[in-house]
Amino acid sequence: MRTLTPARLLLRCGILAAILFAVVVLALKLGAVQVSLYGLGRDLISVLLGRTSSLSSDYGMIVLDIRLPRILLGIVVGASLSVAGASFQALLRNRLADPYVLGISSGAALGAILALIIENHLRLSPEMAGLITPVGAFIGAALTIAVVYLLGRREGEIDSTTLLLAGIITASFLSAVIMFLMTTLSGNNLRGMAFWLMGDLSTPQPRSLLYFISFGFIVAAGAIYTTASDLNLILAGEKEAMHLGVDVSRVRIVVYIAASILTGLAVSVSGAIGYVGLLVPHVMRLIYGPDHRMLLPASALGGAIALVIADTLARTITAPTDLPVGAMTAMAGAPLFIYLLRRRIA
Amino acid sequence: MSTALRHPLPNGATADNPRGASEFRLSVEQVSYAHNANPSQAPLFTLEALSFQAKPGEVIAILGPNASGKSTLLNLITGTLEPLSGRIFLNGFETRTLPVRTRAQRIALVQQESRLLFPTRAWEFVMQGRHAYGTGLRFETDEDIAIAKNALAQVGASHLAERRMDKISGGEKQRIILARALAQQPLLLLLDEPTLHLDIGAQVDLLETLRKLAAENRYTVVVVTHELNLAGEYADQVVLLQKGKCLRVGPPATVFQRELLEQVFQAPLSVEMTVSGRPRVTLFSNK
Repeated sequence: MRTLTPARLLLRCGILAAILFAVVVLALKLGAVQVSLYGLGRDLISVLLGRTSSLSSDYGMIVLDIRLPRILLGIVVGASLSVAGASFQALLRNRLADPYVLGISSGAALGAILALIIENHLRLSPEMAGLITPVGAFIGAALTIAVVYLLGRREGEIDSTTLLLAGIITASFLSAVIMFLMTTLSGNNLRGMAFWLMGDLSTPQPRSLLYFISFGFIVAAGAIYTTASDLNLILAGEKEAMHLGVDVSRVRIVVYIAASILTGLAVSVSGAIGYVGLLVPHVMRLIYGPDHRMLLPASALGGAIALVIADTLARTITAPTDLPVGAMTAMAGAPLFIYLLRRRIA
Repeated sequence: MSTALRHPLPNGATADNPRGASEFRLSVEQVSYAHNANPSQAPLFTLEALSFQAKPGEVIAILGPNASGKSTLLNLITGTLEPLSGRIFLNGFETRTLPVRTRAQRIALVQQESRLLFPTRAWEFVMQGRHAYGTGLRFETDEDIAIAKNALAQVGASHLAERRMDKISGGEKQRIILARALAQQPLLLLLDEPTLHLDIGAQVDLLETLRKLAAENRYTVVVVTHELNLAGEYADQVVLLQKGKCLRVGPPATVFQRELLEQVFQAPLSVEMTVSGRPRVTLFSNK
């Protein structure tokens, strides 16, 4: 019996964190403007020592003001989507559940767009205005999952096929509403909107927003993590979990709200990025097994790694033009998903 | 135990036995139930008031054909359904009012089939039985591991510990599910049609194991079944149900009467007594 000990958990997370660090360094180096690894290291150390004034090169600005915030955003968004995906898979006991497939991302996107429209009519300070989009996205996500959950029930029980169909139908309906709203927007915003809807990390975000979504991620993912061992039992069925001592309704509420927050935050800054929430938990499950105490942190780190890699590819493949990262994750994710499905692992 | 202690106890009561001395561990007192899909209509299913008691170490069989109310009675005992009238006590505590966690420490339920979305190893599955004893992330303690190993040994499944749950036979799976229930260290062990998907050899094995466990660990065992001969052979008491009515409660030798069983199971049959004093039922063709 190789049980999961805190030491084993930390070691595995440490390895994933080291991989993430290596990926981040590479992502800082790669891009339309070439940066030498030596120059990058020197600049990073200067920043860590607080000597930003001694940044030698003109590309210090590119690396630290353009690439780094975008990478950090990718880390938080990737981690949020993967943790949300792993949570929905456990809560709804459905292997294919993920914020994108269930239409929750579309709901969050609609919420964010509506918040943008409302924001124009309110006279808010720029900081407040920046926060209204994530809140709108959260409300959109929470309402959508409630609707999909109700539509996905049959005779009082969640039916996985019905649930997935409900999610797909809801997503297409919400997309139609989003299209309708977009036609009412001015032409300037349209390309940005279209990019954002496909999932995009290139829009520069104010630093306060980055702090806000990082804080939101820590609180929401932390709340979900407190239910990790309950989720292991809920996978076997809610009634069975209850007989084993799980307070099912409390877990359901905590995970439902927290996963909606994660989806809302991610979508409000990056649009609807698909496949990360679906595939990363599956890959992590293949490596580490289905225990959520390991799976949730592994998914967070794995999601961060996957999205930073995808976004770096999106920046470099067609440089100097950017691809939306959502297109990148879909191009890589769809074949991987089909492969997993054929192997009957997914 | 600490959670339960917070409930007010009547005079002369102890934590183990809050209603004062009683030799019974499980006490079902005039319990009835009605299932309404729509409150304005007549109930779709009713279970008429019934009572029985069970001591530690006893095996009770709830016997009856399909739709006789067996599973309803089981859910009433676990406290997941609220009775229309009457009360069910486990060591003097009403099972309905126990907090989820305390309930899981006292009542273990083995269901017909455990659906697994992502299959675990057998020992991980057994470890789930320790959930109600831990807090937070529940890193397994040495005690948990010892209890899980012991549970596997008690059902004769130590060799399956490292096997994956989707790679073992139905009978082996049923043993692992039973081991998980044992890991809960319950006072009351409930089994819902445990022999449903098992071949005859595995059925006998399972019930032998149950009888042995009940005797050694002083569990009170309640088995829901429609297998006449298994109930007749292994139960200390039989609760015979038909269409929501309790027809008879007692030792198999007194409950197993030909006319009664023929009427309940709608099939011609004969009942003989074996040398051990257990009834044996033989079914005949209707033609």
